Amino acid sequence: MQGMMLNRAKELLSDGTVNRVLGWQAGEFVYDITPAVFETEEELDAGFVYNGFCGNNLSKYLVKETLKDGKILVFLKPCDTYSFNQLLTEHRIDREKICAIGIPCDGKTSGEMLKAKGISGITGISEDADNFVVDTIYGQTTVAKADALEERCKTCKSKKHVAYDELLGEDGEILDSHRFDMVAKLEAMTPDERFAFWREQLSKCIRCNACRNVCPACTCEQCVFDNPKSGIAQKAAADSFEENMFHIIRAFHVAGRCTDCGECSRVCPQNIPLHLLNRKFIKDINELYGDYQAGAEVGTRAPLTNYTQEDVEPSIVYHREGK
Amino acid sequence: MLKISLANLDALFAAIAEKEALYIPTDKAGQAQYMRYENGMKMTDALNTVRSAKDFFFPQTENLVNFKVSGKTIEIIDPRTEHEDFVVFGVRACDVRSFSILDKVFLLSDPVDTYYENRRKHGTIVSMACTRPSETCFCGSFGIDAANPEGDAVCWKTEDSLYIQAVTEKGEALIEKIRPVLEETDDSAVEAQKAATREIMGKLPLAKFSTEKFGGEVLMKVFDSEKWASLSEACLGCGTCTFVCPTCQCYDIRDYDTGHGIQRFRCWDSCMYSDFTLMAHGNSRLTQKERFRQRFMHKLVYFPANNNGEYGCVGCGRCLSKCPISMNIVKVAKSLEGDL
Repeated sequence: MQGMMLNRAKELLSDGTVNRVLGWQAGEFVYDITPAVFETEEELDAGFVYNGFCGNNLSKYLVKETLKDGKILVFLKPCDTYSFNQLLTEHRIDREKICAIGIPCDGKTSGEMLKAKGISGITGISEDADNFVVDTIYGQTTVAKADALEERCKTCKSKKHVAYDELLGEDGEILDSHRFDMVAKLEAMTPDERFAFWREQLSKCIRCNACRNVCPACTCEQCVFDNPKSGIAQKAAADSFEENMFHIIRAFHVAGRCTDCGECSRVCPQNIPLHLLNRKFIKDINELYGDYQAGAEVGTRAPLTNYTQEDVEPSIVYHREGK
Repeated sequence: MLKISLANLDALFAAIAEKEALYIPTDKAGQAQYMRYENGMKMTDALNTVRSAKDFFFPQTENLVNFKVSGKTIEIIDPRTEHEDFVVFGVRACDVRSFSILDKVFLLSDPVDTYYENRRKHGTIVSMACTRPSETCFCGSFGIDAANPEGDAVCWKTEDSLYIQAVTEKGEALIEKIRPVLEETDDSAVEAQKAATREIMGKLPLAKFSTEKFGGEVLMKVFDSEKWASLSEACLGCGTCTFVCPTCQCYDIRDYDTGHGIQRFRCWDSCMYSDFTLMAHGNSRLTQKERFRQRFMHKLVYFPANNNGEYGCVGCGRCLSKCPISMNIVKVAKSLEGDL
């Protein structure tokens, strides 16, 4: 697939269709991939890569890139295409300046996922259909891909691309992903247990803002938490209440717009399962307003910004006993 | 050399905790982090904690002073708490070195930071030698010996025992207190481990990584490099690298209005943030390129220029593991060094 992508990128650069390519760049250890804009064939040959570690969702970079002159080629995995559509719906990116190529994805992993399996001292990684073979200074280890996948990939919602100009490889299907199973478990807890779960997780937060800055739904030009005039600008949570509220407010802000791409949890240096907050909102929206997938189409009115007579009343919170 | 069987580690921790506050790296909510020791708590097997040990001397937030306002009177309340003796156990060689880097910032020139100074005075550091370094480790580039760390006392963990040796007076005082649970032994096991670890360190992918081409003398050359634009292109502007870094020491001081008074606190700041060094006239670093450049200029150029060539990095590798876009000091230095 990497070879096909590279060839197509070079063709589109040389025939002048695009003047830049947004993709992934190789690093020091196979797994440390950096998103990058390539402007020449030489740059592509030197660094372009697509493998099991290219988890970064590139769609948000288009906000910045489509403000520049010329057309840019972007490679989108199936889940990235939902973010792409949502950004179009919110008029945050300029479709005319983008050539989008859909690429298949078998699920992604990361250096952190491999290290969580006790692997250390990685000197090289190769992959076949089912396994990662990891060479380390302490010996060679084989890890089944299915075991090493990020949580968001284990519960992948869709292998289908919902937006593209061209497609490389076969398109997939929308999956029955069981992605709400953990949310259901949290709902089944008592309020005290649930509070304890979230306090333990959120107390790890260091307010690095990585979750916010990577989020394709967080594209405010200035976040309220960065605006000194807002009165709530903070670089650290003053107490546990603020620690909770930062994440809860963020989840509210992206509710109905979050496509569940899972970037928030991928980037969290403390491995806080932030996607569960967003999934709770998605699950509730599905239950209370009918099934809705943000980013499935361009231009849809999200249930929370669209009034219908069938909408639930606020009193629903009492009927649901706080779940 | 003194030792204790790993099976009796609880007794060692209990003996320390009986005398003063003890913090050990432990696994909590899936992450290795320092926690105040409680009976039965187990030390993590992880190579290092996500947050560095700098928190003990330079916490993420601390209240400096409180003001209580009633009518026309303002009461000044001292909330300081940094006068308690404590022991930090299991600090890796990289993090121990970071304390001497922070000392140069907070202690060496007037005004001395008394909050930091008090914590340093009251803290005893027990370091832990590494045996299984990761590919992201490059402490050796800064003359740090992972097999024989600095600290008030040093530990080496083998299959069955923990060996401990005092280095400073503070370390000796600590070992004096816990002497009854320790037994005398020779240092053959420790020497064998040191040799094995040093051999591994030499095999690490970054064993030959060096920052020696950087420093004050190449300031303008590095500053003006055209590569900063592409290196910083994908930067999210989050604060992960700065907050997991054991040597980043920038902070902000703010007033929090409690409704009936003011809490004046300081908290870590990040040069990656858009409001870093924001002043009345505006911001001197307008785009992420300048903010990104600042971080690496500080570590590779400004800090050595002001501190006899010592770099503002200890090679712990946290930024290599944790950056959401995998951009870090190693990639930056390797990219720029060819032009120097």
